[in-house]
Amino acid sequence: MPEPIIRIDNITKCYGPLTVLDGLSMNVLPGEKLALIGPSGSGKTTILRILMTLETISGGHIEVDGAQLFHMPGKDGLAPADERHLHRMREKIGMVFQHFNLFPHKCVLDNITLAPILTKAVPKAAAEKRALQLLDMVGLADKARSMPAQLSGGQKQRVAIARALALSPKIMLFDEITSALDPELVEEVLNVMRKLANETDMTMLLVTHEMGFAHDFADRVLFFDRGKIVEEGKPDEIFHSPKQERTQSFLRKIVAAGHRV
Amino acid sequence: MIDWSGYITLILQGAFVTLELTIMASILAVIMAFVAGLSRVSKYFPIRALATAYIEFFRGTSVFVQLFWAYFVLPFAGIELTPLQAGVSALGLNAGAYGAEVVRGAIKAIGRDQREACVALNLSRSQAMRHVIIPQAIPLILPTFGNLAIELLKGTAVVSLISLSDLTFQAQVVRAQTGSTLVPFGTILLIYFLMALAISYGMRWIEGRATRGLDGMRT
Amino acid sequence: MDWDWNFVWQIMPLLLDGLKITFLATVLGAGLAAVVGLVFAILRIAAPRPIAKLTSFVVEFIRGTPLLVQLYFIFYVLPDVGVRLPPLLAGVIGLGLHYGTYVAEVYRGGIENVPRGQWEAAKATNLTSRQTWIHVVLPQAVPPMIPALANYLIGMFKETPLLSAVTVLELMNQAKIVANSSYRYIEPMTLVGVFFLIMSLVSVFFLRLLEERFAPVEER
Repeated sequence: MPEPIIRIDNITKCYGPLTVLDGLSMNVLPGEKLALIGPSGSGKTTILRILMTLETISGGHIEVDGAQLFHMPGKDGLAPADERHLHRMREKIGMVFQHFNLFPHKCVLDNITLAPILTKAVPKAAAEKRALQLLDMVGLADKARSMPAQLSGGQKQRVAIARALALSPKIMLFDEITSALDPELVEEVLNVMRKLANETDMTMLLVTHEMGFAHDFADRVLFFDRGKIVEEGKPDEIFHSPKQERTQSFLRKIVAAGHRV
Repeated sequence: MIDWSGYITLILQGAFVTLELTIMASILAVIMAFVAGLSRVSKYFPIRALATAYIEFFRGTSVFVQLFWAYFVLPFAGIELTPLQAGVSALGLNAGAYGAEVVRGAIKAIGRDQREACVALNLSRSQAMRHVIIPQAIPLILPTFGNLAIELLKGTAVVSLISLSDLTFQAQVVRAQTGSTLVPFGTILLIYFLMALAISYGMRWIEGRATRGLDGMRT
Repeated sequence: MDWDWNFVWQIMPLLLDGLKITFLATVLGAGLAAVVGLVFAILRIAAPRPIAKLTSFVVEFIRGTPLLVQLYFIFYVLPDVGVRLPPLLAGVIGLGLHYGTYVAEVYRGGIENVPRGQWEAAKATNLTSRQTWIHVVLPQAVPPMIPALANYLIGMFKETPLLSAVTVLELMNQAKIVANSSYRYIEPMTLVGVFFLIMSLVSVFFLRLLEERFAPVEER
């Protein structure tokens, strides 16, 4: 049994008086494809944002690829991590956002090459070569010189995926990446995800409302509600024979709204 | 009959000084606007505090007072400035304080999403500023900077009161020597107006260049 | 640099006299600007086209040229056509006209910010034009204008030193007179700076209050 690549140990996250995550623990194995489902405000997006260091934790520990995420070795034991440590940790993690967050003032190619050039000192020519390969993989090789404003939502999101992949992270986080897309553009993004799942051994965590896709894509599904993991298991178990009442009622509502499972 | 040719030369010399003053003060203002504006969003408290003090001080006091202080009071502290230096300093620092607020506002306006994308791509804060945030802030800053430039131009008139031979000063000279009032003052009003128009059109051209290809940008 | 506190107490009454004139000029100038701005705004919107265009040009011209030169114009040129004004009056008119152009813009912007739908709803409920203005438009247009107007008021206050150029004995002028007659520059100039700084801090405080109370409701 390999060592978990992500170890979340009893974390709490509070926004002032509001407790969003309460004593949450979970492990992720290398190469696992995880789907996080649950109602809004259940904390699933918060976990992704915490892993990407966009938020801090109020308590507990997180270990990523063998090293503490928010703590570093100090004089006596562990000290809170400084920016340099966080910077090193972030090299292993990439994220794709719901609203793409492309850089509107740079063309597609430059969007993808910016971070490799600046943070990994990759020479421009090599970065562009890799970028074109990634664009080819997501099916947008001909859009290399286009500006983001000229792309559709689905195209923008595929560029965003390529941009995150350019840094070769070990762990990729996908935060509701199809929720902001018009329905007819969702499939092209899901296709890229399927490709990534099949062709790479990256660890992937997906927060999504696309239940059908989650079922096909994931090795393991976690159902979140009010800051806790209510139930987890293989897709078939969760979607076809959920054990917990809350899971059942959530899935009933989803099916009623037309998301096929 | 008054021989106007000599006086026209004086007026034109004044116009040249006004132009010189406007350009040099504008350059100082832009530099200060970015230095102070960026310092206002720094994570180090002393830098933020210093920038805030500079901005509140220069915005809060009258340009005229600042100019007089620079020209008449500083010599007592051992700093002798020529009228031109005093003028450029006072006007530039004053306009820079207003500009700093514009820069800060524009940087804040480039929303959270862009900054989060930079974190996800592991860009350092200064890399994020340089390559992502500031380039997007510039189109937001330009229109107001254009207005500030025109205000600066109008502000240059006060240097005539510390005997700098700008456009207004020369008009006073012409008035004193010829007794004619409408011609000198009317003429310089026209010249100022034309300069202001030139700045407006110039800024609009720069805005056009800076926003090429950015139609999808939320502003 | 030696600071003489005795000198400070000596000149304080003179400076306070100047401060009084500064306040007077500001208040009168603001009053005039409020009225002039209204006239400009109405002419630009409602007058027949040639007059509206002429007004626009005049407004842009006054807004685009230095206040100091306009003051000189009023003070030196007008006497040549027979209109000789006392300095304070000339100063107030200069301030009023110059800031009137800024105020006209604030009025226009404020009115335009009232959504079209409000006018339409008023029409649909059969309100007269007068009723529409008084009960629907102005109550929505005026509050957001207040911070902007207050800002210009403060700006006007800070430009009153220019009036010294047309011999008005406001604060700055008094300080200069004191400095010139006693050859001590540091105390009067610093005091003037301090007065303005205090006024500015006080006004920034009030401005924040006004902004909180009257800021436009919509948040992006």
